[in-house]
Amino acid sequence: MLRIPCPWCGERDETEFRYRGDASKVRPAADAGLAAFTAYVYERDNHCGWHLEWWLHVGGCRRLLKVVRHTLSHEIHAVGGPEDQLSPPPGLTR
Amino acid sequence: MNPQPKSHPTPARARRVSSGRYSLWRVFLEGLTGQRGWSRAWAKATPRERYRVVIVGGGGHGLATAFYLATEYGISDVAVLEQGPLGLGNVGRNTTIIRSNYFHPQNIRFYEHSLKLWEGLERALNFNAMVSQRGTLNLFHSEAQRDLFTRRANMMRLLGVDAEALSREAVKELVPLVDLDNGRYPVLGGFLQRRGGTVRHDAVAWGYARAASEAGVDIVEDCEVTGITRDGSRVTGVETTRGHITADTVCLAVAGHSSRLAAMAGLTLPIESHVLQAFVSEGIKPVLDVVLTYGAGHFYVSQSDKGGLVFGGAIDGYNSYGQRGTLPMAEEVAAAAVTLLPGLARLKVLRQWGGVMDMSMDGSPIISATPLEGLFVNGGWCYGGFKAIPAGGLATAHLIARQAPHPLAAHLGLERFAAGRTVDERGAGPFPYAH
Amino acid sequence: MRAPGRIARGLLTDPDRPVGFRFDGRSMQGLAGDTLAAALLANGQRLVARSFKYHRPRGIVTAGPEEPCALVDVIGVSGREPNRLATTLLLHEGLVAESQNRWPSLRFDVLAVNDLMGRFLPAGFYYKTFMAPGWAWERLYEPLIRRAAGLGRLEAIVGDHAAPAETVHDHADVLVVGAGTAGLAAAHRLGTSGLKVMLADQDVVLGGGSLLDARWSAWRESLCAGLAGLATVRCLPRTTVLGAYGHGVFGALETLSPPEAARFDGLRERLRIIRARRVVCATGALERLIAFPGNDLPGVMLAGAAHQYLRRYGVAVGRRPVFFLNSDEAYEAVFALSGAGIECAVVDVRESSLAAERARALGVEVHGGAVVEGAYGRDGVRAVRVVDVTGRARRELAADCLLMSGGYSPATTLASQLGARLTWQEAIAAFTADLAPAIGQMAGAARGVFGLAAAARDGESAARTLAAQLARPVGAADPGVDLPPDADVTPIAALWEVRGPAKAFVDLQNDVTAADVRLSCREGYEHVEHMKRFTTHGMATDQGRIGGLVGSAVLAQARGVPLWQVGQTRPRPFAQPVPFAALAGGEVREHYRPKRRLPLHDWHEAAGATFVSTGLWLRPLVYSPRQGWEAVLNEARAVRRSVGITDVSTLGKIDVQGPDAARFLDFIYASSFATLAVGRARYGIMLREDGMLLDDGTTSRLAPEHFLVTTTTANATATLEHMEFHLQAVWPRLDVLLTDVGDQWAQFAVAGPRSREVVAAVVAGLELSNEAFPFMAASVATIAGVAGRVFRISFSGELAYELAVPARHALAVWSAVLEAGKRFGIAPYGLDALNTLRIEKGHVTAAELNGNTSADDLGMQRMLKKHGDFIGRALSQRPGLTAPERLQLVGVRPLARAHRLRNGLQLVAPEARTTSLGYVTSSTPSVESDGWVGLALVAGGRRRLGQRLIGTSPVHDEAIEIEIVSPHMLDPENLRVRA
Repeated sequence: MLRIPCPWCGERDETEFRYRGDASKVRPAADAGLAAFTAYVYERDNHCGWHLEWWLHVGGCRRLLKVVRHTLSHEIHAVGGPEDQLSPPPGLTR
Repeated sequence: MNPQPKSHPTPARARRVSSGRYSLWRVFLEGLTGQRGWSRAWAKATPRERYRVVIVGGGGHGLATAFYLATEYGISDVAVLEQGPLGLGNVGRNTTIIRSNYFHPQNIRFYEHSLKLWEGLERALNFNAMVSQRGTLNLFHSEAQRDLFTRRANMMRLLGVDAEALSREAVKELVPLVDLDNGRYPVLGGFLQRRGGTVRHDAVAWGYARAASEAGVDIVEDCEVTGITRDGSRVTGVETTRGHITADTVCLAVAGHSSRLAAMAGLTLPIESHVLQAFVSEGIKPVLDVVLTYGAGHFYVSQSDKGGLVFGGAIDGYNSYGQRGTLPMAEEVAAAAVTLLPGLARLKVLRQWGGVMDMSMDGSPIISATPLEGLFVNGGWCYGGFKAIPAGGLATAHLIARQAPHPLAAHLGLERFAAGRTVDERGAGPFPYAH
Repeated sequence: MRAPGRIARGLLTDPDRPVGFRFDGRSMQGLAGDTLAAALLANGQRLVARSFKYHRPRGIVTAGPEEPCALVDVIGVSGREPNRLATTLLLHEGLVAESQNRWPSLRFDVLAVNDLMGRFLPAGFYYKTFMAPGWAWERLYEPLIRRAAGLGRLEAIVGDHAAPAETVHDHADVLVVGAGTAGLAAAHRLGTSGLKVMLADQDVVLGGGSLLDARWSAWRESLCAGLAGLATVRCLPRTTVLGAYGHGVFGALETLSPPEAARFDGLRERLRIIRARRVVCATGALERLIAFPGNDLPGVMLAGAAHQYLRRYGVAVGRRPVFFLNSDEAYEAVFALSGAGIECAVVDVRESSLAAERARALGVEVHGGAVVEGAYGRDGVRAVRVVDVTGRARRELAADCLLMSGGYSPATTLASQLGARLTWQEAIAAFTADLAPAIGQMAGAARGVFGLAAAARDGESAARTLAAQLARPVGAADPGVDLPPDADVTPIAALWEVRGPAKAFVDLQNDVTAADVRLSCREGYEHVEHMKRFTTHGMATDQGRIGGLVGSAVLAQARGVPLWQVGQTRPRPFAQPVPFAALAGGEVREHYRPKRRLPLHDWHEAAGATFVSTGLWLRPLVYSPRQGWEAVLNEARAVRRSVGITDVSTLGKIDVQGPDAARFLDFIYASSFATLAVGRARYGIMLREDGMLLDDGTTSRLAPEHFLVTTTTANATATLEHMEFHLQAVWPRLDVLLTDVGDQWAQFAVAGPRSREVVAAVVAGLELSNEAFPFMAASVATIAGVAGRVFRISFSGELAYELAVPARHALAVWSAVLEAGKRFGIAPYGLDALNTLRIEKGHVTAAELNGNTSADDLGMQRMLKKHGDFIGRALSQRPGLTAPERLQLVGVRPLARAHRLRNGLQLVAPEARTTSLGYVTSSTPSVESDGWVGLALVAGGRRRLGQRLIGTSPVHDEAIEIEIVSPHMLDPENLRVRA
């Protein structure tokens, strides 16, 4: 079971959060065209390794968190807000 | 695409020792001589340098694809590459259910064909995978749910597939353990597909492996694919831990890890990997003779021939490649079990495990060509891949051999996502974690 | 009367408190503190079970949770509980236990014929047979196999008392698993360092192996007293750690002691969910069996188990034991039994050892350099045949039990779940594990450190490491008692199997023999996971704890590779079988899901409403106890003819405020909101980013920077999250505040031609004329003296108002409206009538907004903004979502007025009856017209108006002719709502 350190509420069980998927996906500009929106909506890198992802703390502060988590070991490297630039541990790419 | 098979000479193959025919008579004879006459169920092949077709993944779909390529489409110059021992991925980790009750007519036809193939599997493979058509029963607990199931059952019946509506009383008669008035969401009735049921999952992998091996397919275990080689937009083979293998066609059948393998060829798929958990209880004398699905929560259960209750629930709901189970899901599933079947309260759960699913963006599988010539994908099975193994293997073999989709799987191509023709059974939208 | 096997006073038993119980109908007596197994052994009952496949007679093999054979049915208040372990089941007065898997009796079991047929039933025989004729598997073979398989019988008595259970959440700095000397020492040191410690042990008392050695009593008592005095340490005996789940989370099952169970109203166990910063795995080591012919006869048991029965319960498992062993550690049992005056013989595979010398000095007969070739006897050991390792000299020893020990495997399953890799240790012939420092420490026998004193020192050292890591000064407190010294030992000589012609078992419960393992290897199932699945080795309730490694060893030998290369199967939770009830906890049956009650729930109930669960909500379906449409139609008719009132408080309500509120809503909605005037409401649709409809509802502008969004009941949660996600992830710079006010506001729809008069009577300060307050107007107002809001919106298709008031005033306002409506015959209407009204009007709900419908499908294409970005804009324009052959919303009516519609009817053309053209989503008898009306989604439906199709429900043997009509079956010009 994941324990996610919410910057606002402290470390909490995963059951308090709603997963919202890959946070590396950036919504295209309105005029970006069909291909860009198709990629945004459907295509996922789906890394086995460090993964940047969204968690909405619905059972707490209702803030949206950006989390860097390892999809195999489930280790959580970093947690921040939507506008924080988070990256995998230094020296380790995906 | 590549309609003409290349005319490379195939190097002479090592002669295979056949495992012989399995029969009651032979088991009896072997019994008299101490069971010494059995040999390997499938040959342990050493990979050659080139094949016409390389299938990555020695699971249910990969092995079935190889079997049908060799037996239905006359292509036996095939290698199945498995990174470890075969059959230990999802084919050996699922809850063994087969059924064809779907909403979309294309899906009904596809899974129904699979069910038909299951029905004749023992004889096709000469391997008893214990196909047990004891029925799958979906309970409903609200009028809205009843309406959805009615619609589904009627669609099945239009297509000649068996489905019937059961009253509360009939549900109780079929499953005496059910508490119809289980407090929160009483059972209003059920829908039964009598031809649904269970299959001994490991035996499916072993049976296909043995039959494919007999038919001339090389089954190569302990051979991990580390790269996919390309010549421009054409795939030319695979790099493996046992050397480079050249192939006209490479097919990925690695559900759970499709994205990882596709990335080796530079492709991004509409798939996320998620964990689905399964559980088994201690063995008891028969108490449940049907595959039962709760409609008011995520819980389904059947009793194996060994006596254990095999059950599961929903996916954990976040990207994961770890086969670890979680506690909240165990609690959730057990709560549903005790609510629906209070008599299970004192039964003990033995083991919990997880399998990594390819969760696709619409909840339906992918059997498809790719933008790369010579590369095909069988994946995106979500939690429904097991029941589809025979039809999935057949359709994939067809796609490889004929370079065109099998008519029953034409709706499962990758192009459906961009075109807006997704096959979304639940209407959950492009959120893999919601399917 | 003293039981024949009771020869001494046990550590746990009370000689003055006899306890009566029954086994297979026979009355017996044990002592308070006994397990069922101890009491059975004391009574000389050696045969207790039949095996799974061959139905061979089986006895008690162990003294703890690792027991493979002694499983019984227990008959009690909750029915018949199968597969209880006699070795952990605490005896209580009146306990009724029965043996399993035998018919007609334990002594004479018909299916024991399977054993005679054993040569024809090797591992996996069923994969090769039963294939013909095709029908025979399901009708003949499978039922036979299923009946023969399984162990116990479950016969539940279900009542209110059944299965009370609870879940407890714990937090600790360090979880210490196992309270042997290593665990006790670690917990003590951690506790005195000021750390919050939980110490869990599966046993009923703390102490582990030290309980068996009288020299350790003083140390143990001193440590336990010390722990009891530490406020930061929580000792949990009877608690098995079930599994490790990552991030420091562990699941544990605590079985309540009888007095505590009585205090908590029959509560039997607690699921503890423990969150710890570090863990100490002091889980000890498990004694292994040896595979030799006849190693399953009743009377063959683990040497350590015999030791435990003697010390803990004062029970001698036999009077003439032969030990078969390969390590000095196993001699502890020899010394104990011999010290109790029991004449022992030892067969040791090693030529000589320090322990053998000590045993000889005590007068024990030791056969060095020898192995047991077989155990013999009918229904129990009578003799064992011994052969020296050269295979030449044989002799037979009379014996009434054979106590085996094949060495000790550190219990590493928890460590494996924590990601530890296993390392083969030749010196102890076993695998050990090491934990990453960030996770915790292994300690004691679990790390391969055998000897009680060595383990205690190891536990202490693990604790020091952790205290330092967690930045705590290491505590100075000392137990004040010296550690009794460990004896010097001669190393173990690995011994897995003694081959012979008869069956030698590696898995006693699943009846897997060494020959089965070799067969599996011959057939190519040579990976340990394949072998497990082919033979079922290690898949029984004991999960192969005493024979698992032995199977691997036999496999390694068959493959001709070292054992470490074969390895073991992957351990998964649960460490011990755990009842469904314990996992489920309290959220079952009535409490399976929370209930959301409307603010007026009590009123609705008093008014005779039948409730229906929609999601978590309980909603009034109809104000009548009776089934059937008459009451529903009466309610709906009141609305069409005069006035009705319904509680729509379940609608999602989201308060949207801020300078950018209008901009934000324009992104979220496909329809435009920036142009909405203050004091007006507008119907809008939201799309998902893939272009499909997400939800619909009305949004009102209460002030320039203040909107109120309403969502459907079904999508309230999803829509809120959708908005929150996009506000924070996509448009974080917009200055908008979203607040869920769903529970804060009660909302009622007052609908019908007389609704204006009723509402006017309760609203103050608001002119309700069509000119002043037209259709789709919204305003704050005082309603029955309460500050609230009035919206002129309609779901029913009639002139209607929705009144919103703070939830705490719901009853006052609702009552005032009823009072005001009395003269018009106002009546409350429920969900069914609400549906009837909206279907006639062609309004959609969750049945049509099913996640697969686009705006175009529902005829709402024109609502999509032409300009500006919004979620779903780009992808909604794909041809796939607007294709003319897509399923489109239409109305349907049976041609024959007497025919009823049914939701889920498939629609087909009369000439092509197997091709579905669509289906009925919603249907109702109509109040406005004769007969039934419905909504349907039909391929190219808008082009089919006036067409006749067949509505068919094969599962109900129904087929009727229907006509496709416009979905706007009532007042298509919308005159009534504007009246």
